[in-house]
Amino acid sequence: MTTIGLSHYLTVGAVLFTLGIFGIFLNRRNVIVILMSIELMLLAVNINLVAFSHFLGDLVGQMFALFVLTVAAAEAAIGLAIVVVYFRNRGSIAVEDINMMKG
Amino acid sequence: MSLAPLFFYLFAIITVAAGFLVITARNPVHAVLWLILAFFNAAGLFVLLGAEFLAMILVVVYVGAVAVLFLFVVMMLDVDFAALRQGFFRNAPLGALIGIILLIELIMVLGFRLTGELQTAAAVVPIPASGITNTEALGRILYTRYIFLFQAAGLILLVAMIGAIVLTLRHKEGVKRQSIAAQSARTPAMAVDTIKVAPGASVIPEGRH
Repeated sequence: MTTIGLSHYLTVGAVLFTLGIFGIFLNRRNVIVILMSIELMLLAVNINLVAFSHFLGDLVGQMFALFVLTVAAAEAAIGLAIVVVYFRNRGSIAVEDINMMKG
Repeated sequence: MSLAPLFFYLFAIITVAAGFLVITARNPVHAVLWLILAFFNAAGLFVLLGAEFLAMILVVVYVGAVAVLFLFVVMMLDVDFAALRQGFFRNAPLGALIGIILLIELIMVLGFRLTGELQTAAAVVPIPASGITNTEALGRILYTRYIFLFQAAGLILLVAMIGAIVLTLRHKEGVKRQSIAAQSARTPAMAVDTIKVAPGASVIPEGRH
């Protein structure tokens, strides 16, 4: 209880990742909250990477987390741009309306 | 007893609680604010793990850029969020089932894998013992060993920036804009003409106002 080990951090990561998955199911219609859930999942992955980096004494984990952060920022920017364009075209952001590209 | 475990539990509990409130918040603006709280406390966890640079980057990039972007989009779009919440709990059982299975699997992996001593290969880039800061240590390998990945990350950000601009830029019809080229190319011959005015007649030629 008084010493915090790797498994403590991994548990936090696991719980956050599960919350992200659960959020996608719960807010199935709202694209913006789905994007936020994805951010939560990426945050959980980053916590895992940094925890392993600390407990293995290896800096590569932090480097990897840095790149995950970069890609997550790019993903959020593109995702929100798509949401804005979609809202402009359709007047809604409900996921089930996204079937324009169905053949 | 040091304060580190206390702070770990503080940050961990707030992070998980804020994460839960992100996905259940009724108002998306509140969800974004809970997300910001989760990011701040995750940054606290990073500080506890000795990753100060990543913690600060998390605050700057996530809270300063990504979360504010979310906030802008949520406030800019005139979406009826109440309608989007219809059927909120319809998929909750399925989601809860999948989530609980995943959580049990993850925790089982932890339980089995980490009962003994961590089997480790030699560290690829060992964390320097002391003398240099975390930021300096990261910089030393980022600009040497991972220089190509660093450049690739820059390219990804460039493509994302251009993509976001291309997607959201729109040209409105009927908006008057200055065209420097057309302005400079205008000569007196194009702009001025002499009109002979008949006594008592109008002097407004067609096409000009």
